[in-house]
Amino acid sequence: MALHDLLLALPITFATLWTILLIVVEATAKRAQLTFSLTSVGFLILITMMLFPSEQGYAFGEMLRLSPYSQFANFVFALSGLLVITLSQSYLAKENIHFGEYYIIVFIATLGMMLMASAAHMVVLFIGLEIMSIALYVLAGIMRKDLRANEAAMKYFLLGAFSSGFFLYGISLIYGATGEMTLFKIGIYLQENSATSLFWIGLSLMMVGFLFKISAVPFHQWTPDVYEGSPTPSTALMSTASKAAAFTALITVVLNVSSQTENNSNWIFALSTIAVLTMVVGNIAALSQDNLKRMLAFSSIAHAGYMLVGIVAGSDAGYSAVLYYALVYSLMNIGAFGVIALIEQQRELTSASDYAGLFKEKPLLAGVMALFMLSLTGIPPFGGFIGKYKLFAAAVESGLSWLAVVGVLASAVSAYYYLRVVVFMFMREPQAENQFEGVVLNPTLVLIALLVFLLGIFPTGMLRFAGEAMKFAFNM
Amino acid sequence: MKPLALLVPDALTATAVPVQAENSWVKAFESLEVFGVPVGIFAIPAIPLVFIALYALYVGVYGERKVSAFMQDRIGPNETGKWGLLQTIADILKLIQKEDIVPIAADKPLFVLGPLIIFVGAFAAYAVLPFSSEFIGADLNVGVFYAVSIVSVEAVGILMCGWGSNNKWSLFGAVRSVAQVVSYEIPASIAILVGVMMAGSLSMQKIVMSQSGELGILHYAVFQSPVAWIAMIIYFIAALAECNRAPFDIPEAESELVSGYFTEYGGMKFAMIFLAEYASMFMTSVILSVLFLGGWNSPLPNIGGVALNDWTSGPVWGAFWIILKGFFFVIVMMWVRWTFPRFRVDQLMYLCWKVLTPIALLIFVFAAVWELYVR
Amino acid sequence: METVSFILFSFLGALVMVGSIGTVWSRNPVTSALFLVLNFFALGGIYLLLEAQFIAVVQVIVYAGAIMVLFLFTIMLLNLDDEQALKEKFDLQKGFGILLGGVLLVEVLYILGLKINLPQKSTTLTPVEIGEAKNIGRELITNFLFPFEIVSILLLLAVVGAIVLAKKNFSPNT
Repeated sequence: MALHDLLLALPITFATLWTILLIVVEATAKRAQLTFSLTSVGFLILITMMLFPSEQGYAFGEMLRLSPYSQFANFVFALSGLLVITLSQSYLAKENIHFGEYYIIVFIATLGMMLMASAAHMVVLFIGLEIMSIALYVLAGIMRKDLRANEAAMKYFLLGAFSSGFFLYGISLIYGATGEMTLFKIGIYLQENSATSLFWIGLSLMMVGFLFKISAVPFHQWTPDVYEGSPTPSTALMSTASKAAAFTALITVVLNVSSQTENNSNWIFALSTIAVLTMVVGNIAALSQDNLKRMLAFSSIAHAGYMLVGIVAGSDAGYSAVLYYALVYSLMNIGAFGVIALIEQQRELTSASDYAGLFKEKPLLAGVMALFMLSLTGIPPFGGFIGKYKLFAAAVESGLSWLAVVGVLASAVSAYYYLRVVVFMFMREPQAENQFEGVVLNPTLVLIALLVFLLGIFPTGMLRFAGEAMKFAFNM
Repeated sequence: MKPLALLVPDALTATAVPVQAENSWVKAFESLEVFGVPVGIFAIPAIPLVFIALYALYVGVYGERKVSAFMQDRIGPNETGKWGLLQTIADILKLIQKEDIVPIAADKPLFVLGPLIIFVGAFAAYAVLPFSSEFIGADLNVGVFYAVSIVSVEAVGILMCGWGSNNKWSLFGAVRSVAQVVSYEIPASIAILVGVMMAGSLSMQKIVMSQSGELGILHYAVFQSPVAWIAMIIYFIAALAECNRAPFDIPEAESELVSGYFTEYGGMKFAMIFLAEYASMFMTSVILSVLFLGGWNSPLPNIGGVALNDWTSGPVWGAFWIILKGFFFVIVMMWVRWTFPRFRVDQLMYLCWKVLTPIALLIFVFAAVWELYVR
Repeated sequence: METVSFILFSFLGALVMVGSIGTVWSRNPVTSALFLVLNFFALGGIYLLLEAQFIAVVQVIVYAGAIMVLFLFTIMLLNLDDEQALKEKFDLQKGFGILLGGVLLVEVLYILGLKINLPQKSTTLTPVEIGEAKNIGRELITNFLFPFEIVSILLLLAVVGAIVLAKKNFSPNT
């Protein structure tokens, strides 16, 4: 079994070995720059690996499932990881936390996400979730001298551990109700037998865990504080790749129990209520935020709501729209946090009004930020638009037009706070002379902007990938 | 009537079947009833308890005083009874009469419960000690592991004593003790694993049986692998630390902490902590003998027609051998105590984490390879 | 034997309940942690009743013996003993939380009280054999090899993370 399995699960095998290499190098050479380069190389290799079609199937005795689905998801994670570390470097140096370990932890977090996306067994799913979460707790608290960062890490850790508890309890109840831990076997059992109430308690508890990780509304209260307090590049990773990972795992689970959830009005009602609440609360709360990081935190809650719409739709179109949106959302949010990180490391500027006159001094930076904001709003021709369009279209197809309407209205509200930043940047005079001196545009940001733009104009290629990922995801 | 009938012939005839010996003494006790009351069930745990009481009186307290006296060129107890033999009994009588004092600022429930938990923790492990092929309280299939885990509960008792006393010496002592016990559990467990790996079982009786044979001492685990003796020494050192014995006695460190975590204790509570320490010493010694030195197996070989091994095997002989081995290591522990000076806290941790643990891990891997490919 | 194990189960179950309620209820962190030790210990006993000897012993050595001891250790070092530290005021949110929690508890109890046909797994091993270290070990290095190995990454991450967060004089290097 061994060699074939290792090759089949090549991305994960590679990431594991590379992690060990990174730790050894960091421990012996003790040079953060070197670790940074090696981590980037690792991410690049992973991304390249994802671009080529590879063998599909179960590895390690039905523990992992390698498919175009996991490949697409892994691509998103590796890309986010790479972008985040390239954006972090100057920020970390400025904040005096330039540890080589930072990059290693980001890499391990990515490994955890990859496990979540490829898991075919609930134990692997849980271990992946824990690897990702623990890495993120550390990343949140890596600014050890900063009180707010400590608070953020503490909050994230306590609530995250709590939600993991729910998740684990859910897994054990599902095991009790179906007698299986392997996801597809649970699916088979549920097709042959009716689901017991025990199963539903288990699934609900698991959903609590997922909804916490994607910060859907009743479980969102940690988000603003944690995002605000954590170092900005860590926040970028937390708000994008980790959500994408939770969504991919959620889709895996939902697909395997779909014989029970499809056309189940209770399930659709519960999930669509959460989606609506998430969109409304996220957007409304974001309106009153002056601090940009808090605003983006609430906006990320709202975006989780949009993606939940795709899950509620329950069709392949919905799921592939979630995948596509996860990619686009990761790019534009990392970009937005990247700009904030750049400006934050020069001046303690946090509110939207502080960005007044950015266009006059740094036109390119302002342009890039404006592009991210417009894309987050969902204005064509940027990637965000296509993503939202696909999500809502899937909802309409599944006969949930009202949900799509709520979504569209919610994104109309969101235009206010995104465009407010743009207005400040372009149309207001700066508060002081040379306020943004020393801010150097990171070329990565331009690259991200370009990608977001391209995903908006030529979305078909990526959409096809996302669609294929779903088509081949679970019928083998 | 039955138990006695079983006892005698077995003791004489069991020489022929040492390996497959059953736990027949315990079985005999189990069925013992007096007027319908199953006294036998209670007698099984009582036997080790009585044994421990005697051992602690004579080998423990009296022995320790005599050994220390010998090493310091003194005479030791010699007034009460012949050679001072009654000294410990007199001491116990005094301790029993002492007033049971609970300091006013102490956390009463914790203060009272602490010594009990230490006591129970130390004695619970006796359930799985094989005193002979015929007598083991319970031959669990996770025997050694059980012994290791139940001992770790002692740490909770120590913390309760230290915290409950509301005295800074006690607290320091408890904190030191726990740091030490928890740390040294790691090399100790790895060393135990080496022994377990060689026997291929966690059950105490199976471990002992895997070391019996015609050639006596040569079948002992310590001679079966080139690294087993290192594991044995590591376990012995870790056992010293886990019993809070010198040179690892920084938790009580008389010269700095008065008496460590039991500074505030007097009377019977003090006696219980004291007894628990001796009980742990004997227990770790027996575990060491079981894992590496053949447990109740006779060390003597059969040389042709002179079947020394056969003559000295059997349930009664087994009890003799294992108690002898146990006492031997207890005496060595005393010898060590009166020979070496005390470690400093940082040296203690250094020894554990940077010396013993890495060595233990290395020999663990080596022993595994040896088991797989050589033996 | 049935009645004996039922009595034992009731006793241990009661201990678990006392332990967990005491953990939440007691104001003093030390008492709270000690109740948790009691809880873990009784839980170990329940595992024993289920013939899972290995898990029971692991429960005792890992939780009651190591983790909780370090917990107590930390509490004592931080000297958290004053009761004020944990006092909270009762507000609307908390009341609402208690209400919701209570409703959830009743629901779950109700559902668990229903007769549910649980799936039966066929196995050639007896319950005692399943609980043996040998069989657990065999499962771990055959069927569960991958999770078993990947957990090492989790542990590695925990070690690296703990050092990054806690080490004194951890200065950035360039």
